[in-house]
Amino acid sequence: MAMIEMKNLSKWYGSFQVLKDCSTRVDRGEVVVVCGPSGSGKSTLIKCVNALERFQQGEVIIDGISVGAPGTDLPRLRARVGMVFQHFELFPHLSIMENLTLGQIRVLGRGADEARDKGVKLLERVGLREQAEKFPGQLSGGQQQRVAIARALAMDPMCMLFDEPTSALDPEMINEVLDVMVELAQEGMTMMCVSHEMGFARKVANRVIFMDRGEIVEDALKEDFFGKPRSERAQQFLSKILHH
Amino acid sequence: MSALDLSFFNADLVRQFLWNGFVFSIQLTLVAMAGGILIGTLLALLRLSGRSWLALPAAAYVNTMRSVPLVMVILWFFLLIPFVIGRPLGAEWSAIITFTLFEAAYYSEIMRAGIQSVSRGQVYAGNALGLTYFQTMRLIVLPQAFRNMLPVLLTQTIILFQDTSLVYAIGAYDLLKGFETAGKNFNRPVEAYLLAAAVYFVICYALSSVVKQLQTRIAIAR
Amino acid sequence: MNFRWEWEVFLRDTGGGETYLHWMFSAWGWTLSVAACAWIIAILFGAVIGTLRTVPSLLLARLANAWVELFRNIPLLVQIFIWYHVIPSLYKPLQEVPSFILVVFALGFFTSARVAEQVRAGIQSLPDGQRYAGLAMGLTLPQTYRFVLLPMAFRIIVPPLTSESMNIIKNSSVAFAVSISELTLFALQAQEETSRGIEVYLAVTGLYMLTAFAVNRLMAFVEQRVRVPGTLGAAR
Repeated sequence: MAMIEMKNLSKWYGSFQVLKDCSTRVDRGEVVVVCGPSGSGKSTLIKCVNALERFQQGEVIIDGISVGAPGTDLPRLRARVGMVFQHFELFPHLSIMENLTLGQIRVLGRGADEARDKGVKLLERVGLREQAEKFPGQLSGGQQQRVAIARALAMDPMCMLFDEPTSALDPEMINEVLDVMVELAQEGMTMMCVSHEMGFARKVANRVIFMDRGEIVEDALKEDFFGKPRSERAQQFLSKILHH
Repeated sequence: MSALDLSFFNADLVRQFLWNGFVFSIQLTLVAMAGGILIGTLLALLRLSGRSWLALPAAAYVNTMRSVPLVMVILWFFLLIPFVIGRPLGAEWSAIITFTLFEAAYYSEIMRAGIQSVSRGQVYAGNALGLTYFQTMRLIVLPQAFRNMLPVLLTQTIILFQDTSLVYAIGAYDLLKGFETAGKNFNRPVEAYLLAAAVYFVICYALSSVVKQLQTRIAIAR
Repeated sequence: MNFRWEWEVFLRDTGGGETYLHWMFSAWGWTLSVAACAWIIAILFGAVIGTLRTVPSLLLARLANAWVELFRNIPLLVQIFIWYHVIPSLYKPLQEVPSFILVVFALGFFTSARVAEQVRAGIQSLPDGQRYAGLAMGLTLPQTYRFVLLPMAFRIIVPPLTSESMNIIKNSSVAFAVSISELTLFALQAQEETSRGIEVYLAVTGLYMLTAFAVNRLMAFVEQRVRVPGTLGAAR
C-alpha cells in the first residue's frame, strides 16, 4: 500500500510552471531518492508532500489522506510526517533538548518528562547525548543535522522526508549524517530523500527518481537506474556527478 | 456638537489663517534640511577625521542633541538666543536656528553611516591619484555617500516636517497653529484638528511613497 | 553678560506648600509614567500589528499596513490633540477619561507603528526554513509564530527597540501640550514663575539625559540576558 502517492501534480509561481504533471508513489517501508539538477523542482516537489508549498493541480495522498483537500487537518498530518531540511532549521533560541521536546509537548500533548526521556533516547541514538543542554549555534553542521533527524524522529513519524540533508555540510561531516540515514532505512523507515548522494542511493534506495525542469523524467528501480538510465538527460546528469 | 461640519472651510479661511502657517512650516523644513545636511556633513567629517580634538567635540554635540527631547531644545534656544545676541528674537527665527542646529545632529549620523558605506578602496584610489583628504572626500566619497543615503535623508526630512509642529511650544505660527486658530475663530476645533491631521497625512504619505520608489530604484541601480 | 547661578530657586515655595524641587520630581514621575504606560501599549500593539504584516492573509496584512501608515504619517502633537480634543467630543463617554490616559494612548499608538515596523523586519529577517520547520513538525501557524518566529524576532530587534524606548521618553515631552504635569510642562511653568530658566532647564535636561541613560543600560542588560548561546557576539 502506498504511504505517499502523487497524482498529476502541477504547480506554478505566477506564470512559471515549477512542477509539471508529476506522479509517483512511495510504498510503506520503501526508500526513494529524488535527484536532478538544481532548479529542477525536486525541492518544491518534496515540500508539496506535506503542503509546505501549495500546489494548484493534482493530488497528494499520505496514508489515505488527501493533503490538498480543504477539510484536511494539516498540522495533524504534518506531525506524522518527519522532515529534515537542507539548512537544518533547528530553532536557535531553544536548547538541543528543547528542540526535541517542543513538538512532542505542543503538538502530541506529551508530558515534559516523557518528552525528555524520548529526547534522551534519540540523542543517544545519533550519538549526541552530551550535547543536550547546548544550543544549536554551538554545534557543528553535521551535529546539527543529526539533531534535526532526532527532532523529526521524536514525533514517531510514519515516514520521513529529507530535503538535501547533506548539501549544506562540509565534506568531512557528510558521512556522519548519512550513517544515521542508512541505519534508519535499514530499520524499515519509509523515506523520500532529495539527495545527490549516489553512494547512499546505491546502498539503501529501492527506487530513484530523476527530475529535470519540473518533470519526473525517470522513475526506476535502483538497479535499472544505475544500470541503464533511459533518458539522455539522466545520463548526462549522472556522468557529471559521478565523475569525481 | 455632533455631526462634523466642514462648511466653514473655504478659500477665504485658507488665505486668512492657513496659508502663512503652511508657508512657514515648509520654509522651516527646507531651511533646516539644507542647513542641517550641510552642518551635519561637516560634523560627520570631523568625527571621521581621525583627530580626537576634532572628533570628540563633534561627537559630544551630536550625542547631546540626540539625547534631549526636541521640545526642550526648542525651549533652550528660545531662552538662550536673546542672551547671546543681546536682543529678543521672534519665535519663527528662533525656530529656524533651532531646527537647523538640532537636525544637523541627526543628519550627521546618517552622513556618517553613508561615508562608512563607501568602501575603503575608494579612499585609497583617491589618495593614490594624489588627492588630499578633503579633495577625496568632496570629489569621491561624499557624492557616493549622499546618493546611497538619499532615501534615509528624505525619511529624516519627513520626520523633520512632522516635528516642525512642535514650534507650538514657543507659539510660532505654523501650519498646525493656523488650523488651531481657524478652529477657535469659527468654534470648530474638532473639524480643524481633523483637517490638520489629514493635511499632514497627505503630505507625509506622499513623500514616503516617493522615498519607497527611490529605494527600489537605487536597489536596482546597484 | 553677567550671569550668576541661583540654584536656590529649587528650594523656593511654589505657592502651593511645596518646593520647586518637589514639583520637579513629581513631574519626573509623570514623565516616567506616561512613557512606561505608552511603552506597554506600543509593544503589545506593535507586536500584533507587526506580526499581522507577515501573515499569509492579504486582508489582515493590508489592515496592519494601514495602521502603520496612519500612525506614522501624522505628527505626534497632532495625534495628541486628536485624542484630547477630537475623540472625546465625538464619543462622549471618553470625556470622563483623564487626559493622562488619552495621552498614553496617543503616544502608545504612535510608537506602536514604529515597533510594528521593527517586528515585521525582525520576522522577515528569519530564513523561510524556520517557518517550514515549525509547520513541518505539526505546529499550527499561530504556534509557529509563538514558539519559533517571535522569540527569535524579538531577540533580533532588541537594539532598535532600545532606541525606540529612548525615543518614547523623549516623545513623552509632547504631553506638555495637553497640560500633563510632566517635566517639560514643569520647565515651561517654573521658568515663567521664577525667571530662572537656565537653572530650571539644566535640571530638567539633566533628568531627561539620566533617564535615557538608565533606559539604555536596562535594555543592554535585557540584550545580554536574552542572547542565544552560539550566536554572534555571545560567549560560547
